[in-house]
Amino acid sequence: MSARLACLSLLLLIGGCSSIEPWVQPYERDRLADPIMSFDRDPVSAGYLQKVYDIREGARGATGGSGGGCGCN
Amino acid sequence: MAKPAFGRLRLPALVGGALLYGVVVPQGEAAVLPDDRLDVLYHYYDGGGITVEGPSVLVRKQLGERFSVQGKYHVDTITGASIDVITTASEYREERTELSASVDYLRGDTLLSLGVVSSDENDYKGRSFNINISQEVFAAMTTISMGYVRGSDEIGRSGDETFTEELDRHSWRLGLSQVVTRNLVAELAFETISDTGFLNNPYRQVRYLDGDAPRGYAFQSELYPRRRTSNAVAMRGRYHLPYRASVHAEYRYFVDDWGIDAHTTRIGYTHATVPRFIFDVQYRYYTQGAADFWSDLYPFRDAQNFLARDKELSRYTSHSVRFGTSYELFDSPIGFMARGSINLVYDWITADYADFRDLRVTETPGDEPGYSLSANVIQLFFSVWF
Amino acid sequence: MTGKPDLTRRHLSAALTALPLAAMPGVQLHARPARSGAAPDFTLPVRGGGSKTLSTLQGNVVMLNFWATWCPPCRQEMPLLDQIFQRYTNLGFTLLGVNVEQENRLIDRFLSDVPVSFPILLDTTEEVGKLYEVAAMPTTVLIDRQGNMREHFFGYKPGDENKYQDAVRALIRER
Repeated sequence: MSARLACLSLLLLIGGCSSIEPWVQPYERDRLADPIMSFDRDPVSAGYLQKVYDIREGARGATGGSGGGCGCN
Repeated sequence: MAKPAFGRLRLPALVGGALLYGVVVPQGEAAVLPDDRLDVLYHYYDGGGITVEGPSVLVRKQLGERFSVQGKYHVDTITGASIDVITTASEYREERTELSASVDYLRGDTLLSLGVVSSDENDYKGRSFNINISQEVFAAMTTISMGYVRGSDEIGRSGDETFTEELDRHSWRLGLSQVVTRNLVAELAFETISDTGFLNNPYRQVRYLDGDAPRGYAFQSELYPRRRTSNAVAMRGRYHLPYRASVHAEYRYFVDDWGIDAHTTRIGYTHATVPRFIFDVQYRYYTQGAADFWSDLYPFRDAQNFLARDKELSRYTSHSVRFGTSYELFDSPIGFMARGSINLVYDWITADYADFRDLRVTETPGDEPGYSLSANVIQLFFSVWF
Repeated sequence: MTGKPDLTRRHLSAALTALPLAAMPGVQLHARPARSGAAPDFTLPVRGGGSKTLSTLQGNVVMLNFWATWCPPCRQEMPLLDQIFQRYTNLGFTLLGVNVEQENRLIDRFLSDVPVSFPILLDTTEEVGKLYEVAAMPTTVLIDRQGNMREHFFGYKPGDENKYQDAVRALIRER
């Protein structure tokens, strides 16, 4: 119950925080948009190598980037 | 065995919530769909006595303003015999084909992805479905993503027509990506995976001490619990250096209810100051503890209610190093191709197993040296963006 | 099995169902500058030589388009902006493409892929971007003949070029 409340509060907080200004302006996103800053520049290659490890190891999960775009639009 | 009920409730809730959000809530800024691309890759793995090679092809194309579709085709052709196969004398040779398709839907800052994966080999059939929703918030400084994967596999055994088992998988993933400075981006991810069904390998055997056997030990089949739940949490970061290069680091902690815990650390450097070239180097360190019921050598037959001798569930450490080169092919667009590159990636992976003993060496049972493995992995691929 | 893994699953499922609710109040997650009034003056170097000062263009309708080579929607709208420029340039209209990037090395390649005929200004210190509170990439600002900012467009989606055109036509008709 308290875990649920915590999650909900956190998300409402994130959602309701319209007064926090982004400290990296959209036009300052040039370096972040560079492919060398991508966690997953070549998805086919990264996916293959991750499977090579997953098949041979006991651990699994929480791999791969979840994204973050160029901040356009 | 009853499937967890919440699994059935949460999936509709996720899909319904995502659709409701995308349709009802007025959208502010918009993110962009992933690039259109075609990748053709040849992969080659050679290590531990086996060789796996084959092609992997990926195509992604935007349809209209809001949709992007992706298809992937991958084949593994496996030859040779691994340490498990050599020492228990049951050979098998395989070809595995995997097909996957997914569709992305973009509305405002929300990206919804649905995908299916189908994997086939002569004694294993895997099917899975995945859904992911990504939400950009804080002027796209932060991206929250949630995903669910539902898998259902059918397991057979070569040479035994009557053998048929199932494996069901559910996994939930939560990710957070944050722009920290104009040069630094960080991510946090949690994933919990739950498997039920036949979780071991139908060919693998465990060994136990047997004075009557020629080598002092005999074999019997593995026996695993029918349920496994695991949690993983990972943090990663990528930093852009003052020149055109970046460094990245990652740490993942894994723990499951079989008693296995593992730490994964990766650090890497990407260098792109030479025109048209991108160079990558990466080092990965992995260490794992054994499952509670694992043993290299049981004292007698049926010593425990669960028996495992899979080296992948044993205590071991692995180091690997990666070198990659990417070369930009075109100066300017050619026809419908906007960009193209040719890439070569080499990985060298080593693993040292503390307790899993190398049975190719004849010794007093239990005194054989620990097994070591080293593998070369090569990938050669072309990428075209259009 | 009970214990830690189950709780984590419950946390995730709670987060999962709460997200649609959570995002609703904060839809406008940062303040869009609702700016009006006189367009701030600036002087910037022009690609190809020379420099341009905004105040010298008073009397014309001016469209400022803030863009960057790494921004896919910017690339999409460039040819459409060029069409608008060519159509109205003889009616007292001008379009200035303000590139907001610290390094210029990719601009030549971008403009050889997407050639345009309107002037490209180089805002390498990003001061003009900050001055105009560029809140998304691309950002387009329309300035009337008296030098006042009249319209802001943030981001680009296919179809927005029609909105640009309607706004430009309306401002051109004003005396």
